[in-house]
Amino acid sequence: MSEVSFSIDTEELRITVDDGVATIWIDQPDKRINTISHDTLDAIEQALNAIDQEPQVRATVFISGKKDSFIAGADINMLKELKDPSDVRALTFRAHDLLQRVKDSPKPSVAAINGACMGGGLEMTLGCDYRIATTHSKTKMALPEVQLGILPSGGGTQYLPRLVGIQQALQMMLTGKNIYPKKAKRIGLVDALIHPPGLHQAAQRAALQLADGDLKPDRSLKSLTDRLLESNPYSRKIIYTKALERTEKETKGNYPAPAKIVDAVRTGMEEGLEAGIRREAELQSELLFTSESKALVSLFFAKQEADKNPYADEARPVQRIAVLGAGLMGAGIAQVSSVNGVDSLLKDQSFEMASRGRKQIWKNLSKEVDKGIRSQFERDQILERVQPVDSYDDLHAADVVIEAVPEDLDLKRQVIAHLEEVVSPECVIASNTSALPITEIAEGAKHPQRFIGMHYFSPVPKMPLLEIITTEQTNETTLATAYAAGIKQGKTVVVVNDGPGFYTTRILALYMNEALLLLDEGASFEKVDEAMEKWGFPMGPFELFDLVGIDVGAKITDVMESRIPDDAFQISRIAERLAAQGLAGQKTKKGFYTYSGEGTSLDKEEANDGIYDVIASSGQASFASSMVQERLGLMMVNQAVACLDDGILKNVTDGDLAAVFGLGYPPFQGGPFRYVDTEGAASIVGRLEQLERKHGPRFAPARGLLELAERCGSFHA
Amino acid sequence: MVASSNGRAAVLVDGCRIPFQRSGTGYVDLSAYDMARMVLKGLFTRTGFDAAEVERVIMGCVVQNVETSNVAREAALAAGVPNHVPAFTVTMACISSNQAVTSGVDLIRGGIADVVVAGGTETLSDPPIQVKRSVRKRLFKAQKAKSPGDYLQLLKGLRPSDVVPEAPSIAEFSTGEVMGESADKLAAMFDVSREEQDEYGLLTHKRSAEAQADGRLQKELVPASPPPDFEPINSDNTIRADSTMEKLSSLSPVFVKPFGTVTAGNSSPLTDGASATLLMSEDRTRAEGFEPIGYLRDYVYVAQDPGDELLLGPAYAIPKLLNKAGLSIADIDVFELHEAFAGQVLAVLAALRSESFARNNLNQSNPAGEIPMDKLNTRGGSVSLGHPFGATGARLVTTAANRLHEEDGELALLSACAAGGQGVAMLIERA
Repeated sequence: MSEVSFSIDTEELRITVDDGVATIWIDQPDKRINTISHDTLDAIEQALNAIDQEPQVRATVFISGKKDSFIAGADINMLKELKDPSDVRALTFRAHDLLQRVKDSPKPSVAAINGACMGGGLEMTLGCDYRIATTHSKTKMALPEVQLGILPSGGGTQYLPRLVGIQQALQMMLTGKNIYPKKAKRIGLVDALIHPPGLHQAAQRAALQLADGDLKPDRSLKSLTDRLLESNPYSRKIIYTKALERTEKETKGNYPAPAKIVDAVRTGMEEGLEAGIRREAELQSELLFTSESKALVSLFFAKQEADKNPYADEARPVQRIAVLGAGLMGAGIAQVSSVNGVDSLLKDQSFEMASRGRKQIWKNLSKEVDKGIRSQFERDQILERVQPVDSYDDLHAADVVIEAVPEDLDLKRQVIAHLEEVVSPECVIASNTSALPITEIAEGAKHPQRFIGMHYFSPVPKMPLLEIITTEQTNETTLATAYAAGIKQGKTVVVVNDGPGFYTTRILALYMNEALLLLDEGASFEKVDEAMEKWGFPMGPFELFDLVGIDVGAKITDVMESRIPDDAFQISRIAERLAAQGLAGQKTKKGFYTYSGEGTSLDKEEANDGIYDVIASSGQASFASSMVQERLGLMMVNQAVACLDDGILKNVTDGDLAAVFGLGYPPFQGGPFRYVDTEGAASIVGRLEQLERKHGPRFAPARGLLELAERCGSFHA
Repeated sequence: MVASSNGRAAVLVDGCRIPFQRSGTGYVDLSAYDMARMVLKGLFTRTGFDAAEVERVIMGCVVQNVETSNVAREAALAAGVPNHVPAFTVTMACISSNQAVTSGVDLIRGGIADVVVAGGTETLSDPPIQVKRSVRKRLFKAQKAKSPGDYLQLLKGLRPSDVVPEAPSIAEFSTGEVMGESADKLAAMFDVSREEQDEYGLLTHKRSAEAQADGRLQKELVPASPPPDFEPINSDNTIRADSTMEKLSSLSPVFVKPFGTVTAGNSSPLTDGASATLLMSEDRTRAEGFEPIGYLRDYVYVAQDPGDELLLGPAYAIPKLLNKAGLSIADIDVFELHEAFAGQVLAVLAALRSESFARNNLNQSNPAGEIPMDKLNTRGGSVSLGHPFGATGARLVTTAANRLHEEDGELALLSACAAGGQGVAMLIERA
């Protein structure tokens, strides 16, 4: 192929030359995907030096040697090794220099993108003179740094707005969302699209044309309004202000990165590239050591870990999942199964009821068709994987059966008995319940060793967590197979031991109970919701009551109360009373708030002040929002530690992960255990003791907290 | 009986259909592709057979939707048949899914495949509407138009009447004759009266109503729950259980007015539906442990003048097949005849017992004979069950085989006519 040869000393990449065009194939050894590490930066520098010195080469193409993946971003382990702000600045400047080097080279360069092109990978392409992406379904571009509490510091805050405009760039960097090929072309993030097999040749041709001066890409902004708005400093100022306002509204000031991203962009666009580059490095060195970023990064790693089945060797194949109960929950479980290629049987009492579950799936998928996320054909194919059935006999071929019938112990036991008659001896039988102890459901089961709890969160297609609950009798194969089913369904899985409310429901129920006690004491539910949103939850406890159903909440309280041996707990009766009045929340369109609209996407209208009459409370008492946050937040945190003490949680990472992905616990805090580490165990103990003195023994610090405070330790290493 | 050949005999393992619905009712929002994937999925669920083991999917379809012109392939993929299984669509008017089944039989007998899924699908609720040729020509040129001037040029001379779309009619391309007219003409040729046609119509609806009530039809149905409302459809809605001679005789002729004899009451209705069968080699059936319903022993296709004998195919095909197999009508226990029109069925029956027809048209001295009414279409036929063109053939095959078990017979003969003046007859032996 090439008569030109380069002496480069790296395994990170190789160079081939064709007809005057050098191609740099980034292909890190023994790795499935490429990431950017110090070695990568070294290698690219070497390659550029070699190419610059070779007179026969007129242009360069950057491409990945990996299948369906360009560069997935910076090597996060490299970021972890950064010890202080000066390290960050040094690394950032190095990346900037390299980018500038590519940009300034007299030999034009083309980035040929197939597969994921994220973070530092995308920033690298910004140095090139031209970008071609494939139309492959795996090709996507993003600057997701904000999700880790940092900013794109490989020049992203500077070169991206110069390429696609300030508004598009801010949108990308503030959300971290993926940009797919068609949109990338539309906004000018890439210059051309092609199918994967033609990518390399197309990039070579583009490179030659650039070298010949025959290709002059149009770099003016694609949208006329964007062009107008961004053409003068006055309207640009409005853009920055609006972006900051939106950010403040969404993050409640809990996340430092978004505002700093706006800052870096503004500095660069208003004061010039040099100033912008320096600002980017400066701000990143501040962000990387914040507790928020550390929390988000640790969640990222924990999630990566939970997405692998540690028991994979023990798992039986999962080809067919049966779901009992075609309600919102059951249909949701069938949907995530079939979307991920697993055949599912959706059983209800009649074919008609089972079909209704299928209708729900069709509606959800049709929305995705309307948005262009999937094709109509894909929708049909997924739908045909869901077979509605009305008899137990139809379930004989299932590998895993998940019952999602109403939360009634006797009903669930009956269902299990029926199931045991028809399914194969190896079939895993799982109960989806948010509170009923799995051990109690399994009583009377013929083969309790294949019985397990699989706790999904509503709405199932959107909520990422699956909490698996094992009993003392559950065997390893059952756990492994249930885990495998969860992974297949695209869920992040945590495994806990059985107990009242397991982990998630227990800490949530007592948190919600504390909110109701506040209401009893005369607090305004709107103020409580506001305080908890400010604390970082996506919605406050009362809005959450409306979402899950006040009646459901009352039932969970019931189940929990009868099973918590401790009488330290004061249980509020409010939910029960409201439910008795027919105030169930969203399903009756009236609970703590009123709702309008149809189906599953209701709009919150206004606070329902009639609530105060029903519970004979004023809603006028004034509580400092910090007090509300303290009582509710620490109740949840303390209960999380108690779950660890009681052996329900196996480790603190699971506890953090489940709280964030299952309950919406504020991600910037990293989870209840990370929160204790950030605040210090001794401080938490002190604050709990204060609450205990004022409100009673339910705030007594958990044993694990006391021990940790004693030895000045932390939960996470 | 016909000797089976080294385990390569083709057997029917199971067959099913989604309930047939009058066009514009239950399946009004579906395309032929939608119904086909539903029936295929239903067949796999019902038999528990792994779709990955299928070697060919063949579907019949008449009114093609250009978006899914190989509807068998699209439906198979959507129903979860893996990519590696080839699929093709056949079209032969009303006997399209007979052709699908016999193509499967050929593949199996020839040792090319061991497992074939054959069926058919049709919607008459959503026929493709075309704009006129003159407009299509303009539209084709429009692809190359660039400037506003080019577009203006294209619009020049276009009259409002040009853009009125054309719906396809059920007329012979070669003769221009509407099928109902042919049936009317055929009934007259064989002296079939209006009254006889109405009586037959009444009988066939009555038989279907009984079969629906006692569960014989239900056994062949897989329920459908079509989008967007997913209301389950569990039974055919084509059967008129409350029909009477008074009602039928009060209807006006629809094709030949005012003196014709073919009415809506004695014709098959426009229908939407889909059907499918699972076919296997005898050896494979044993290996899989399936109990087949019937052996697909033999078949013939015939074709005549589409002008005079458009719907007379069975009158040729039945004697031809009987002769080929060395059988007579008396040897057959179950007859299953496609009913495009009551008048057409009665004309075929008349032709079969006619000496002059045997002599002049079949070149044989004796007629095939009289088909006894108690062996013919005991569950009713297309007049009462409906006739989704592409799906009827596979329904006939499944029903004929199942009837052998219900009625304790050994041999079944089915036959059907088709536009283009063609016809089919098939012989099934009980398994």
